[in-house]
Amino acid sequence: MSETKELRLPSRIESVDEAASQAETFVKDNGLGDDFVSAIDLAVRESVANAVKHGNKFDPEKEVEVTFLRSPKGVEIVVRDFGTGFDPEALPDPTDPANLLKANGRGILFMRSFMDEVQWSSHDGGGMVVRMRKSGGEG
Amino acid sequence: MSDITISERKAGDVTILDLDGKVTIGEGSVALRTTIRRLLGDGKNKILMNLGGVGYIDSSGIGELVSSFTAVNKEGGTLKLLNLTQKIQDLLAITKLLTVFDVYDDEGTALSSFN
Repeated sequence: MSETKELRLPSRIESVDEAASQAETFVKDNGLGDDFVSAIDLAVRESVANAVKHGNKFDPEKEVEVTFLRSPKGVEIVVRDFGTGFDPEALPDPTDPANLLKANGRGILFMRSFMDEVQWSSHDGGGMVVRMRKSGGEG
Repeated sequence: MSDITISERKAGDVTILDLDGKVTIGEGSVALRTTIRRLLGDGKNKILMNLGGVGYIDSSGIGELVSSFTAVNKEGGTLKLLNLTQKIQDLLAITKLLTVFDVYDDEGTALSSFN
């Protein structure tokens, strides 16, 4: 079984809820369980929030593109922004004792914790793409 | 409509905040920040935050808990957490924040710990 759903969302905070709601529907429509719903919900929220805030910097001229893909191996989520990009490996470790009391910087840790694979790349047409996969739920 | 309701109770000089709803990016986080700032402004700096009704929290919400903790500490007060859901406990473990927060699952014990 393979199914794809694509969204184009404006660069505002409300898009986080919209993407999460669409993700929940997509996962449930594909017969996946609560563990999937919970993990994908969090990963989608964090990645879309990053795209809106840090990628597109709330620019109303820029959208966030979200793709959900169901394959026999699991679910893949791709989130693209149109920002200037960043190096995920250069970000501070939020679990370092020196960073524990910082208010920000935990979203990527959550994405990596709840998904099986998370990879970033620069898009040829501009912006950053994060590709996340969660395995299982053989269809 | 707000994603979160924050109710306030008193137990001696401790203020108990019962949170019900979502603490996520946007309204939920802002509502929590506003409440903590108001309490500190009123000189109420012993705060027990009951998270038993929080069905959902994201990294922004976790960040707001940390900001609340540091803001209260800065005013010479104490902020403790009560009734973590399994999900919140998992997220605090992943972020190693369980080592930062004083956490309770019994309100009476939590209140006693302020004295």
